[in-house]
Amino acid sequence: MATDKLQKKDRMKIPRCVMPEQDPQERIRNFSEVPIGLPEELAVQEASRCLECPKAPCVAGCPVEVDIPGFITLIMEGDYAAAARKIKETNALPAICGRVCPQEEQCEQVCILSKKFTPVAVGYLERFVADYERENNLVQMPKLAPSTGFNVAVVGSGPAGLTVAGDLTLLGHKVTIFEALHKPGGVLVYGIPEFRLPKKIVQSECDYLAAMGVEFTTSTVIGKSDTIDELFEMGYDTVFIGTGAGLPNFMGIPGENLIGIYSSNEYLTRSNLMRAFDFPTYDTPIIRGKNVAVLGGGNTAMDSVRTALRLGADNAYIVYRRSEAEMPARAEEIHHAQQEGVQFHMLTNPIRFIGDDDGKVAAMECIRMELGEPDDSGRRRPVPIKDSNFTLDVDLVVVAIGNSSNPLIPQTTPGLETNRWGNIVVNEETMQTSRQGVYAGGDIVTGGATVILAAGAGKKAARAMHQFLMAKKEMATAED
Amino acid sequence: MPEVLDNVKIGPLNWKMRVRVPKLVAKAKAGQFVIIRVNEEGERVPMSIAGLDKENGILTIIYQVVGKTSALMSTVEAGAQVLDCVGPLGLPTHVENWGTAIVVGGGIGIAPIYPIAQAWKKAGNKLYAIIGARSKNALFYENEHAAVADKLVVCTDDGSYGRHGFVTDPLKEILDSGEKIGMIMAIGPVPMMKFLSKLTKPYQAPTWVSLNPLMVDGTGMCGGCRVAVGDTTKFACVDGPDFDGHKVDFDLLIKRLSAYKLQESESFHKFVESSGCKLHESIREIAKAG
Repeated sequence: MATDKLQKKDRMKIPRCVMPEQDPQERIRNFSEVPIGLPEELAVQEASRCLECPKAPCVAGCPVEVDIPGFITLIMEGDYAAAARKIKETNALPAICGRVCPQEEQCEQVCILSKKFTPVAVGYLERFVADYERENNLVQMPKLAPSTGFNVAVVGSGPAGLTVAGDLTLLGHKVTIFEALHKPGGVLVYGIPEFRLPKKIVQSECDYLAAMGVEFTTSTVIGKSDTIDELFEMGYDTVFIGTGAGLPNFMGIPGENLIGIYSSNEYLTRSNLMRAFDFPTYDTPIIRGKNVAVLGGGNTAMDSVRTALRLGADNAYIVYRRSEAEMPARAEEIHHAQQEGVQFHMLTNPIRFIGDDDGKVAAMECIRMELGEPDDSGRRRPVPIKDSNFTLDVDLVVVAIGNSSNPLIPQTTPGLETNRWGNIVVNEETMQTSRQGVYAGGDIVTGGATVILAAGAGKKAARAMHQFLMAKKEMATAED
Repeated sequence: MPEVLDNVKIGPLNWKMRVRVPKLVAKAKAGQFVIIRVNEEGERVPMSIAGLDKENGILTIIYQVVGKTSALMSTVEAGAQVLDCVGPLGLPTHVENWGTAIVVGGGIGIAPIYPIAQAWKKAGNKLYAIIGARSKNALFYENEHAAVADKLVVCTDDGSYGRHGFVTDPLKEILDSGEKIGMIMAIGPVPMMKFLSKLTKPYQAPTWVSLNPLMVDGTGMCGGCRVAVGDTTKFACVDGPDFDGHKVDFDLLIKRLSAYKLQESESFHKFVESSGCKLHESIREIAKAG
């Protein structure tokens, strides 16, 4: 379905599309996706808003430099599957990124239209074409370069590892992904809830990689079953570490080991990966609190509190020590949470948890905060207001204050340099670690960040790993 | 998917399963554990290692049926598969020649203490072994332990076999004899490990216990298995499962183990009702009682 190209001035008059969404009161009773997806006509209309700038700022705004005007033009030409393939030239995970990227801080923030009007809804369009391609069975296998004979080990099947696997397979290398959990996807499968990222989409992206020739070995914990050094002994020529920020941070305040206090990793893993929201059909249980407090202000906190509502909470609170303006969560997710009835306790810090006789959490004592001078992150440091203590009745608390790097790989890989927070140190351009042939990217390097940044790191690493392998080949040929 | 070689009932509620997992077995050591998932809807459940056949790549686990997942496990037939078996997880039990060492296994703990006994004996220790269970039919591995230990004492709570009493009775006698004990390791129900640690403390006999909190991922990612040891919080799956028995807050562990009592009961009863004759009679009995 082709669109007649409108004049620029007419295009700028079209308002930005509104994503159809499930009604808030309806959706807190289910785990289905909240944004339903643009219908075709609306997607085409939105695409027509793009001014097709010759030096499009949106491309540079994208951490992996997707050819945004390129794929939008293909939408306007009516070839949605080609638009999806255009995105896949640089980003292997469009169905995922279209849903979870903070476009408002990336491509859409620098869109020319954002100056005086509203930016093109790049994310919604990316999602539209990726979903269209998948739902209409139009996914094509890309052409792979001839086999190079090299073997690549990727540790971790989150966004960084998946991106490395895809890029290196395209270049003709044989890739094996080692995943500790029983399903691939990493944070995509255990961390982000069904209502924001359906797991069948994650599986579909992994299936696409498998069809390309990537081997997935799940339930394998590198560092426990084999070390990185043993991977080299087994015949792998290069290794990528994408093991993520898998070490939960706790507050360290009294009462934190009471029943009913979860790290966000545990709460979300039970609900998302183990599908505890569907207990007893699925065996893994989860505590369904009536008065739930989630500590933190990021996307994980939003995911946790909205999960709590769906699991039957009467009151679901976000307790955050700074103000709403400083919350790192996506504005869209904060908005969704507000629509769903989450109660926001800003400038509030818990100081201890109070339990009942059975060892279950019953209340949380908090103190009010006010903003003082900026700290290291540039944000104003919150300071407690003396004697402002109060108690919140809670029967479930989720601690979503961030994650540190899982220490398993650094502990079992001699010579792998880490910084004082346990993050792996890498060359910023090549993602190479202090060990030759060993690369790393994603949260294990940066600390907890986003899916697209992990994917971007994966791209850089894949490029460098390919050069490393090709140099090996040259040396081997020279020695013959 | 790992193949189950056999899955045999060895006591009123105890089963012994052997699984072929060559890579895992090659790396595993005494004191570590695995996490098993039987089917797609199933839980990830930790199981202590009871035996490692390194030559053939076969893992032995011995488990007690206490709820849905263990009951489900008991129905897995020889030749069938479990969905996943991941490991080896946790840190291996420390092995050293202390001179004289004591291993104590209570109830289902008699299983994981066995490979530890073997390792400690191999390291050159004079080894005492004490194993105990509720009654005669709940005992197992007596011959195995007898073949390894220099002296084995077998106890039953009801006196139906061996010495009438708890495992702490013969342990106290050894300690009272004045013999220098370099290390004690105890694995069993939490109250048993608690009281045993309490007993040995005044003797200043170093005592390690293997903790069994609830787990989900087993790799240190979720913190569900956190235990209080002294004034620190540790994750049993990556810092343990062995900890200094004199510092563990056992009461906290007992409480945390009860977090899902209601859901566990609901799940178990539903399973027993729907499984009919596939389940062993003894399992249906405990469902009725529980």
